[in-house]
Amino acid sequence: MGVEFIYPEFEVIRNDNRCIACRVCERQCANEVHFFNAERGVMMSDETKCVNCQRCVSLCPTRALKIVKSDCKLRENANWQDDTIKEIYKQANSGAVLLSSMGNPKPFPVYWDKILINASQVTNPSIDPLREPMETRVFLGKKPDKVKRDANGKLLCELPPQLELSLPVMFSAMSYGSISYNAHESLARAATELGIYYNTGEGGLHEDFYCYGKNTIVQVASGRFGVHKEYLEASAAVEIKMGQGAKPGIGGHLPGAKIVGDVSRTRMIPEGSDAISPAPHHDIYSIEDLRQLVFSLKEATEYKKPIIVKVAAVHNIAAIASGIARSGADIIAIDGFRGGTGAAPTRIRDNVGIPIELALAAVDQRLRDEGIRNNVSLVVGGSIRSASDVVKAIALGADACYIATAAVLALGCHLCRTCQSGKCNWGIATQRPDLVKRLNPDIGSERLVNLVKAWQHEIKELMGGMGINSIEALRGNRLMLRGIGLTEKELEILGILHAGE
Amino acid sequence: MKRVYVNEKWCLGCHLCEYNCAFANSGMQDMATALKGKPIYPRIHVEENDTISYAVSCRHCTDPICVKSCIAGALSQEDGVIRVDPEKCVGCLTCVLVCPYGALAPSESGVMQKCELCLQNSCGEPACVKGCPNRAIVYEER
Amino acid sequence: MNQYVIIGNGVAAVGCIEGIRQEDTEGKIIVVSEEKHAVYCRPLISYYLEGKTDLERMQYRSEDYYEKMHCDVLYGKKAVKIDDASKTVILDDGSALPYTAVCVATGSVPFVPPFSGLDTVSKKFSFMTLDDTLALETAVTPSSKVLIIGAGLIGLKCAEGLKERVAEITVCDLADRVLSSILDYDCASIMQKHLEENGIKFLLNDSVETFESDTATMKSGKKIDFDVLVLAVGVRANVSLVRDMGGEVNRGILVNDHMETTVPRVYAAGDCTEGDDISSGQKRVLAILPNAYMQGHCAGVNMAGGSDAFSNPIPMNSIGFFGLHSMTAGTYFGKEDGGEMYEEKTDRKLKRLFIRNGYLTGFILIGETERAGIYTSLIRQKIPLDSIDFESLKKTAALVSFSPETRGKMLGGVV
Repeated sequence: MGVEFIYPEFEVIRNDNRCIACRVCERQCANEVHFFNAERGVMMSDETKCVNCQRCVSLCPTRALKIVKSDCKLRENANWQDDTIKEIYKQANSGAVLLSSMGNPKPFPVYWDKILINASQVTNPSIDPLREPMETRVFLGKKPDKVKRDANGKLLCELPPQLELSLPVMFSAMSYGSISYNAHESLARAATELGIYYNTGEGGLHEDFYCYGKNTIVQVASGRFGVHKEYLEASAAVEIKMGQGAKPGIGGHLPGAKIVGDVSRTRMIPEGSDAISPAPHHDIYSIEDLRQLVFSLKEATEYKKPIIVKVAAVHNIAAIASGIARSGADIIAIDGFRGGTGAAPTRIRDNVGIPIELALAAVDQRLRDEGIRNNVSLVVGGSIRSASDVVKAIALGADACYIATAAVLALGCHLCRTCQSGKCNWGIATQRPDLVKRLNPDIGSERLVNLVKAWQHEIKELMGGMGINSIEALRGNRLMLRGIGLTEKELEILGILHAGE
Repeated sequence: MKRVYVNEKWCLGCHLCEYNCAFANSGMQDMATALKGKPIYPRIHVEENDTISYAVSCRHCTDPICVKSCIAGALSQEDGVIRVDPEKCVGCLTCVLVCPYGALAPSESGVMQKCELCLQNSCGEPACVKGCPNRAIVYEER
Repeated sequence: MNQYVIIGNGVAAVGCIEGIRQEDTEGKIIVVSEEKHAVYCRPLISYYLEGKTDLERMQYRSEDYYEKMHCDVLYGKKAVKIDDASKTVILDDGSALPYTAVCVATGSVPFVPPFSGLDTVSKKFSFMTLDDTLALETAVTPSSKVLIIGAGLIGLKCAEGLKERVAEITVCDLADRVLSSILDYDCASIMQKHLEENGIKFLLNDSVETFESDTATMKSGKKIDFDVLVLAVGVRANVSLVRDMGGEVNRGILVNDHMETTVPRVYAAGDCTEGDDISSGQKRVLAILPNAYMQGHCAGVNMAGGSDAFSNPIPMNSIGFFGLHSMTAGTYFGKEDGGEMYEEKTDRKLKRLFIRNGYLTGFILIGETERAGIYTSLIRQKIPLDSIDFESLKKTAALVSFSPETRGKMLGGVV
């Protein structure tokens, strides 16, 4: 065996003047970083285990702790950077695929931050959302192309099934198994209170949460885990998951260790067996095949529920979306390459897929060009971080946004990106009962509601500034956007002008 | 009457309530100064085994046996809140002998102290409740 | 208007006043107090000697207590008779107090055996009342040698109280151990050792044959020189008022769980009574303060027309000497009575739990007394041990051993 040592990534800095040795850090660290040295009466730490989740920092009653990035560095090298070299060491040690969690952390351009929003001045006056009604409600589903009347000239108002959202934000798919029971309950309760939807992911729906069914989107993915009649019937809509932004082109793998108790029952697989979702759906090799599944699900739900098809944003996303829009699906969900995950091979997460901003603009344009934009609603996700991201996405052509990373942040996640360990100190990405109980859904749902309500206020403010009082009037209104520091090509794809133009 | 209630479903066994209690009743401005390097004598304590944990503090019983049993007349009930007069208490621990909840423990000096819902200190609301990271301890009317 | 007469002015009387006032805010309450003091904490007299309390802090209730409770207190008066026919209490000054209901809370008096030559001892005291204490206080000097007859609760508390004020203390007792009324031999040994380490000398299994001025000659032949004598052999319940009117008495005035004597409208409470001990299932004199209050309160409620039962009295004591605490409760059934014992013992700590027929009937704790009330509640509430995790509870007194539902009610509800 060679030398395996890799210097710890983080340092635990403890201010001994403040530390009262209450041992809260020790009790709260599932990674067992902190320990008490009884002989010396002091707290100590083993940095090699620290993932910088900040649980100890957040709970230390005297603010005696901070976690900093270690400055023990290899010799500087612009090409062979520290992380790159350490990954090589790790693989040389283990011979294994590198695993990571949450979204792509690499410094790719964030187009949201290079897009600016318009505001009214003098003409087309702005609207004060505190004084004027402001509509953020949206409906997702197939829309008629033109007004239809019957033989007597009476308006035909029968619409295909729609999802009504109080604002264009939903919680995107996170499975029970990848996240905890309490995280699911928090999402379900918040979605219900907010008048939006959350998404089961591919983990089935725990029977306790059937009562939140009218705010639940259930997922049917390549492993078909947890899918049965009652599951489909409990839902408000059904989502076929073809791909995920964090790991386009590959399936999922929830280790057997996490398939315990209720998770196993809900997924309908034996305890301890790995839950492997295949990379493709083995019954879908064409748009026609997809269409079959879409209509199977419509049949199963008596055409009362919209069917969503979720795909990862990849190179030819516009053509793919065009196909899906013709498959009979009511809603297309596109997940950008910065979207989160409970576990993904690092190389895939960091190198596969394209940014959601470009994918959205391309898809919206393509569907318009083909005259099929009204066939479907577009939902986009993959790192929607704020109300302004939502507003920009709507103006680029989205009907609504999916948020998940923002939602788990509201639940306490500190983006330590080690969900795959199953030892989430915040009770979110774990099934260990002692850790799961750290997330009280009373608090979790309240924080989610707070977050989304705050965003709603901000969306109204931004809309008011633009002189728009209904979010429907903002959809695809790219004149409200300008680019900054973007190339001609980027502006062309985004379909927006440069600032100053 | 508002009381402190615990819900073991959400107790993490972090023991913060004990430290927050000890600090709130220390009369000091800074927790490190108040508690560093000494044993603490909180008025709430966490009990735990491998699977559960929960905090126990005075239940402020409607018919308090501790008050009836106090040999020094040091315990009294006012507006439902059970208080101890540390000047009168002689530390005989009869209240410890009779409290069915095991909620009472003496102070460092041996004289009794007890949860008085932080009504007398600067905290305003019970410090254990305020500092509980998971709402396992609440202060409410039931 | 109802008129309630309470004979005695101790803790039982206070319980009685508060019980009456819970039911009847109008009726007149008259307290006949032989002592010329407002109610004070009797068990604190040793703490007074020790300097842990003072006369002011020893007051059991506030200065305006009787006024607030609308009570008349007749200080320095003694009730000599209760006349059932006329329903009056006759006082030593000849006056008669009519009553709707009367509560006898006369407590007990020290019992002094007829030692030969006792009359030759110049400084001899009992240790029961505040007046005894004040007299004892003036009699002792830093050079005093004190002999205490009786190694029970009173004698030993007196020894602890005097320790720093005198030169030498010797305690003698006929019994083979200290605190023989509440501790078994092993437990008593730990306590005795601790007391000896704190400078108290013992002469056990021995009693005084004769006193000659300041010298006691023991049955064993030992001679002890002393200059202050404290007699703490035992107490006797004051039962005469009820006995004389034909009420049933034994070692104390017999009461039921409503604190009724066998004479209508005559109630009794406190150290003068003999009532139930649910841990042994027998009638006993339970001369302890918590019982006095609760009996008094129960009597008061019933006297004023309410209905209350004090249904779970047990003996229990929390007592510490020089920093070592002991707690005892209930009855210690031996093997011969079908009992079994759980024991944990170290040099300075001892825990003995006594179990019979699936119930905890008693315990002795020395040194480690945390959350002892949980054990007490098992005895008082007769909780079947198979309904809890007694295996863990016997090791550590904690609510962990109760079912989640029970615990949820205890900690999550109004109790």
